[in-house]
Amino acid sequence: MRRAEGRGPRFRPRIQRRRAYGVAFAAACLGATLVGVIALAALLVDVWQDGAGTLSWSFITSYPSRIAARAGILPALVGSLWVLVLTAVISFPIGVGTAIWLEEYAPESRLKRLVQVNIANLAGVPSIVYGILGLALFVRALALGRSVISGALTLTLLILPVIIIASQEAIRAVPNSIRSGAYALGATRWQTVRGQVLPLALPGILTGTILALSRAVGEAAPLLLVGAVAFVPFVPERLTDSFTVLPIQIFNWISRPQPAFHARAAAASLVLLAVLLTLNGVAIALRNRYTKKL
Amino acid sequence: MAPRLSVVRRDPRAGGRGAAGRDAGSGSTAGSLRRPRRRGRTGERAIGVALFLCAAVSVLTTVGIVVVLAGEAASFFREVSPIVFFTGTEWTPLFVPKRFGVLPLLAGSVLVAAGAALVALPVGLASAIYLSEYAPGRVRSVVKPALEVLAGIPTVVYGYFALTFVTPVLRMVWPQTNIFNAASASLVVGVMIIPLVSSLSEDALSAVPRTLREGAYALGATKFEVATRTVVPAALSGVLASFILAISRAIGETMIVAIAAGATPNLTLNPLESVQTMTAYIAQISMGEAPHGSIEYETIFAVGLTLFALTLLMNVLSNAVMRRYREVYE
Repeated sequence: MRRAEGRGPRFRPRIQRRRAYGVAFAAACLGATLVGVIALAALLVDVWQDGAGTLSWSFITSYPSRIAARAGILPALVGSLWVLVLTAVISFPIGVGTAIWLEEYAPESRLKRLVQVNIANLAGVPSIVYGILGLALFVRALALGRSVISGALTLTLLILPVIIIASQEAIRAVPNSIRSGAYALGATRWQTVRGQVLPLALPGILTGTILALSRAVGEAAPLLLVGAVAFVPFVPERLTDSFTVLPIQIFNWISRPQPAFHARAAAASLVLLAVLLTLNGVAIALRNRYTKKL
Repeated sequence: MAPRLSVVRRDPRAGGRGAAGRDAGSGSTAGSLRRPRRRGRTGERAIGVALFLCAAVSVLTTVGIVVVLAGEAASFFREVSPIVFFTGTEWTPLFVPKRFGVLPLLAGSVLVAAGAALVALPVGLASAIYLSEYAPGRVRSVVKPALEVLAGIPTVVYGYFALTFVTPVLRMVWPQTNIFNAASASLVVGVMIIPLVSSLSEDALSAVPRTLREGAYALGATKFEVATRTVVPAALSGVLASFILAISRAIGETMIVAIAAGATPNLTLNPLESVQTMTAYIAQISMGEAPHGSIEYETIFAVGLTLFALTLLMNVLSNAVMRRYREVYE
């Protein structure tokens, strides 16, 4: 100690200067935080300014056209709803089933760890790679063609990891005493899961599923590969019909050089954002109801 | 309690002897309890199997991705040597003479991801520090949902924003900027991954035990010093994991780059020029109806395999870094 005192420079707190650094740093961090908020505002204003004027009832109920003034989004909007419903119906049971297996059934084993690690890695696979899988598996190998069902199956694989991870968290949040109580009353494992664990976890599961579905609705890249084409002059009626979705329609209109089509792309983006906002609103409402109950 | 439990356990064996023996062996109440349980036992097993099959879907997805990519890429590599593929500096599969050097696409992806990282990593980390260490409750309740909304914007809409807002601004500042350019795509991909970096980093920062902060304060550190010299270093592996994950996401992003960066495979470091990324190339080919079995069709899989391997590597790396972090504080 004494040696250190003798050798080192005298301790100078310089507290004023250090405080000043602190204020500057806090301001910089606040500024960085605002970057995200400002970018979001700029994006929304940009899309609104370009698209609001084009938004009309006939825009929503018209078919696409080579003439910008007549082009509408009806097939894309209906296609998106088709894909949304189909993906929900297919992915929900599989995703929740996997989560139940992992949390309630699987014994601690190498197999369980493998499945868990596999899901974590799948969550990081780029969406376009799922498109390649969908192209080779559903469109070619299973010969489903460039159809609504191929698109929905591809998006199902894409969002399954998200649904599984969210459902696992919801199931894990159910207190163990509930399970013990059910077992003590003689319930079997499935009776415990179905009667006690799932009802309590359901709001969390639904919130996660809806958020995953809103990701599916906004995806364009995998559907490009599966073959959603931008010019679909009809509304899909069967699972094997060809289809388009809003993001693909937007992409097609952006890719054209004429500014009139850019306005259509912006207007379609507004419709897409409205659909997503609705989905997120439902998810938030569910989350709030859930928090109140606990 | 104990005798009743043993009755329950004996049940399946009793059931094996047949329904008549079972009814004779017990009172009426026990019989009425037992019957549904026996039916339930096969049902229970069936449910367990069904749930396992659900879990198998995700494993089969991985197997499917690997088999599909490797299978088709193998037939591509029979025609084009992997050495040419990974070292060639020209990518012109759609023109004569056809050249299959993936480096321009790889460089495009790396250029865009590097630009995005330049934007998103500092901004994301700084907002994480702000949200975790400084933000008053009211600011948090505005900023966090805003970042969540930012994370939920579809990537085509980001692409629209890049092309119709960011690119014109860049062209005002640097008039030589191409309409399609890497810089605009980079900036917007960067904005897209800010929420990822900030939310994962914030989780890591918030997980740093309070006692470390209090120890630093007790030694006379200012709030700034606590944040930068105690909290961030303690959470470093979590922060790094979020960085790697964000870069991996930027490399895998398709629509923004397909819209804003163009379709010119270009081995360049100039962000004001048009480049094509691996993802944008796959998107371009898939729109062009490449005939099944042709070499153009197979390039999708070869490029896709490269993309998949690269992002998988980064995700595994990110998880490994994260695990190290968990060992420290749990």
